[in-house]
Amino acid sequence: MVFEPKIVGFLCNWCSYAGADLAGTSRMAYAPNVRPIRVMCSGRVDPTFVIKAFLEGADGVLVAGCHPPSDCHYQEGNLKAMRRVPLLKKMLKQLGIEEGRLRLEWVSASEGEKYARVVNEFTEQVRALGPLDWKIPQPKGGKN
Amino acid sequence: MEKYKLAFYWASSCGGCEVAVLDIHENILKVIDIADIVFWPVAIDTKYKDVEAMKDNYIDVCFFNGAIRLSEQEHLAHLLRQKSKIMVAFGSCACYGSIPGLANFFYRHEIMNRAYLETPSTVNPQNILPQEVTKVKEGEITIPEFYDTVHTLGQTVEVDYFVPGCPPVPDQVMTLVEALDKKKLPPKGSVIAGDKTLCDTCERLREEKIVPEFKRIVEVIPDNEKCFLDQGIICCGPATRSGCGNRCINANQPCRGCFGPAPEIHDQGAKLLSAIASISAINEEERVEEFVNSIPDPAGYFYRFTLPYSMLKRKLIREEKK
Repeated sequence: MVFEPKIVGFLCNWCSYAGADLAGTSRMAYAPNVRPIRVMCSGRVDPTFVIKAFLEGADGVLVAGCHPPSDCHYQEGNLKAMRRVPLLKKMLKQLGIEEGRLRLEWVSASEGEKYARVVNEFTEQVRALGPLDWKIPQPKGGKN
Repeated sequence: MEKYKLAFYWASSCGGCEVAVLDIHENILKVIDIADIVFWPVAIDTKYKDVEAMKDNYIDVCFFNGAIRLSEQEHLAHLLRQKSKIMVAFGSCACYGSIPGLANFFYRHEIMNRAYLETPSTVNPQNILPQEVTKVKEGEITIPEFYDTVHTLGQTVEVDYFVPGCPPVPDQVMTLVEALDKKKLPPKGSVIAGDKTLCDTCERLREEKIVPEFKRIVEVIPDNEKCFLDQGIICCGPATRSGCGNRCINANQPCRGCFGPAPEIHDQGAKLLSAIASISAINEEERVEEFVNSIPDPAGYFYRFTLPYSMLKRKLIREEKK
């Protein structure tokens, strides 16, 4: 059986979510693996959101926002995501999560086609990495 | 008046917390006035069997320092919990895993190999590793099991109060002692420390934070009046709980985060990462790598005191294939 990765996508309200919507209304066919979550800005994507997604079963996390430098509705939220996501990748790698499981993309409201392409590419990339298979460590004797 | 019965125990820790109890100086006499010490392996000659012989809830307050790394420590945590009315996680190791918890960046076999085979000072031609059970002609001898993951005390047993700090400061100890004396204990689960971030209590001069370049503390001599972050030196103040008296800051050293996550947050490392990435001045996509490279060890730096307590708890252990 082919492994179908679960991917959580944090899409910014102003560009990328609209881009995903465009892909849908244009009836483009693309991988169904991304579960989109609309956030107001890619700069709102707290690293804890990404970690929580991985902990709760995601095999990959996509963060998509407005094109830098100046498309951001909040002027510099996307620039924060632009610095935060690569540093988070580096930190997660130290914790055993491959860098390829986290991806940052810029998708504008008119780029439905790009959104579909990014989702297809990323799905294949995570599929190649396989399931994350997180084993949450517990104290041996349980808790009392 | 009947005196309180206190117990102290150390698990995976350096012993600094034991000394920190004495940092309250002459106030120790006040403690002696209201309490007897019934178990304290560092200072008095009591044995585990003495604890086992106690009735449940015999001990009024148990100060437990250190993380849980060995089966012996886990056993004592359960035993002391059973015998104590109030269990206090004393110090950052018990609260958050702290420095011993950095072992969670490695797998058990890596730690064993490093400690017993690879270090340059090791001479071990037969590659002998510690075994839990060894047969000798007189019978079997055993040592505690070395777990693959360091846990916090709170992950192992119910904890009533958390006293963070590496080590805790005298004020925190006295807060607890006075609360006991006046019989006005804080609600269960309270953290005996400040209720703000360290930055909120910091008196250094702050400007708008736009940091062109992050530097390591070893590379610069910091200005002793300006905010460390404004100077490009990573300071853990934004995500760290206050209550330490800003000792490092006053000694012109940036905060290392030993008081653990600030109130209302859980994952100190992720929040610090977020804060540090926010204040960088690098706004060009092609220069982002420069920013990332300026922080050589983000996980080690941001989770220095809280890895076992964090959301991920340790380096990923993959589920064994069935």
